[in-house]
Amino acid sequence: MSVTAPIKAKLRVGDLIFSRSAVFAGSMILVTLAAVAIFLVVQSLPAMAASNEEASILTTNFWAYVGPLLFGTVWAAALALVVALPVSIGIALFISHYAPRRLASVLGYIVDLLAAVPSVVFGLWGIGVFAPALVTAYAWLNENLGWIPLFSGTPSATGRTILTAALVLAVMVLPIMTAICREVFLQTPVLHEEAALALGATRWEMIRTAVLPFGRPGIISASVLGLGRALGETMAVAMVLSASPVITFQLITSINPNTTAANIALSFPEAYGLNVNVLIATGLILFIVTFAVNAFARWIVSRRKEFSGAN
Amino acid sequence: MTVQTERPVEAAAPISNSLTAGRLPKSAPWTILVVAIAVAAAVFGVVSIGTGAGFNWGGALFVGALLYIPSIWLFSTLVEGRRRAMDRLVTALVTGAFLLAMIPLVSLAITVITLGAARFDADFFSMSMRNVTGEGGGALHAIIGTLFITGAAAIISIPVGLMTSIYLVEYGRGRLARGITFFVDVMTGIPSIVAGLFAYSLFAIFLGPGTRTGIAGAVALSLLMIPVVVRSSEEMLRLVPNELREAAFALGVPKWLTIVKVVLPTSIAGITTGIMLSIARVIGETAPLLIAAGFTASVNYNLFSDRMQSLPVYVYTQYANQGNPPEAFLDRAWAAALTLILIVMALNLIARLVARFFAPKFGR
Repeated sequence: MSVTAPIKAKLRVGDLIFSRSAVFAGSMILVTLAAVAIFLVVQSLPAMAASNEEASILTTNFWAYVGPLLFGTVWAAALALVVALPVSIGIALFISHYAPRRLASVLGYIVDLLAAVPSVVFGLWGIGVFAPALVTAYAWLNENLGWIPLFSGTPSATGRTILTAALVLAVMVLPIMTAICREVFLQTPVLHEEAALALGATRWEMIRTAVLPFGRPGIISASVLGLGRALGETMAVAMVLSASPVITFQLITSINPNTTAANIALSFPEAYGLNVNVLIATGLILFIVTFAVNAFARWIVSRRKEFSGAN
Repeated sequence: MTVQTERPVEAAAPISNSLTAGRLPKSAPWTILVVAIAVAAAVFGVVSIGTGAGFNWGGALFVGALLYIPSIWLFSTLVEGRRRAMDRLVTALVTGAFLLAMIPLVSLAITVITLGAARFDADFFSMSMRNVTGEGGGALHAIIGTLFITGAAAIISIPVGLMTSIYLVEYGRGRLARGITFFVDVMTGIPSIVAGLFAYSLFAIFLGPGTRTGIAGAVALSLLMIPVVVRSSEEMLRLVPNELREAAFALGVPKWLTIVKVVLPTSIAGITTGIMLSIARVIGETAPLLIAAGFTASVNYNLFSDRMQSLPVYVYTQYANQGNPPEAFLDRAWAAALTLILIVMALNLIARLVARFFAPKFGR
């Protein structure tokens, strides 16, 4: 008895073309990313070893130039996160557990509207409306809380400080963080919530014992994704901040560290020669930092995925 | 026969119902809120009379709302106890967080509409900035540039993104699919300015340093747009029930025809929504276009040569390079910002309407 040969599927030209072009499109993405990495590295290598004689933008060498920028980037993004995280958790809880059911989706849409505003408009608003409104608040902070090093120094007369920039950044990352937190809070098993309420918990105790522990990985990944957004945000910071190449923790003076992305946007249009390479090299470093932050977020989400259900 | 237990005497005394006792009346939070705002308004009123400055309505409301949070906690602690007071405090804080986020949104909307209306006229949409040094002029060149650059980015991104998502859902197995999924995630996190730097250095290597063209801007934007298209279309394709594919295979339809004639039509509404949202996302990008496409004062219809203005960059350059009189430049910047926001809002709205009205109906 012979085994019957498996029936071979008929090879169709249409199938072949279609599947090959799908594979091609997928590979294009890998090629593009590889190209981004290669081009950035090739263009930045000459800058890493450059001195101030070759590139006029440098004061001594490349690393002394990039240090304050990197500090400013991380400092502004961290400040933005500190402000945005509690607010976004609050908004997410309000929409998922406090607001009337009928209103919830409308309120969510209203918060999403903030995400639709282009960053350049945020910049224009920040410098025209927000910064002037904060001047009196900064003067008050300096007068009454000036003994805290963060609020020491001479308060800025224009309001264009790193704190203003961080607050604008916080407004810009709010929608994405709120959306993620809200999704996770809504996924809390209803049985857990009802069990907590049945045991006599108030609404806040129910949230503390059922919703927040369940949503913790979601909150962490939301904050890291928000941090990634804030690190790369360019135009709003470039317009709002009045910057100088310094490292300082003072929040409300007129001498503020610049961020990497804003510095590129401000200096690139007039850059020439090796200065272009220096700016591209700072861009490469920004890319590496945001990549590390995003990879960390993804790692947290995947680590908690098995037992949380929130991914 | 059951034995009747004797009731304790204490229970017969006038009791307060433990379920309703010690609760603030329903109107209490509102009363406290009104009183808190009234107190804040009184303080602000005294200050404004004392200094001669105008009455600060926003400040009074803000301080009043801040005053409400500790007072509701205090009253609730006194009447209802610690646990309920905590609950009330959190309710106030959570509602406050939402209202706090509304402040920038409302302020931004009011500012953009009032300041943008000044130059939101026919001239603005029919003139460029060529040979304009002071008042007058418009954003025609920027609107044309935005349409061209975003259009080119869409032409690059939609086929690549859509085919990639088809690969991931219908064909992808093993290492390549996993790699693509991972790197699409990486691409989502590329800062927009880095995309601009890439496009600039790509064209600088082939066409010489300092080359800024519309197509370079389009390449930068498509780098930001592709991952969004892949993500949303992938999600939509995965929603198509497998029974539909199996039914088509059982009838002897080839795989590619199944995808084209069954899978895509079923998910087309969701895919369209995702694509429109991705266009709405990149149309407001400023930094990559500033670097890769540059800025100019003239209309340019050619993507492949010379600089090209776009609306977001127009907003920025009008603000950053103010001439004389500065009000004319600021008015143009705000009018362009209003135009940009209207375009983005319209795209968002249409995308949501498409999702609602053209979604496939699975009901029987």
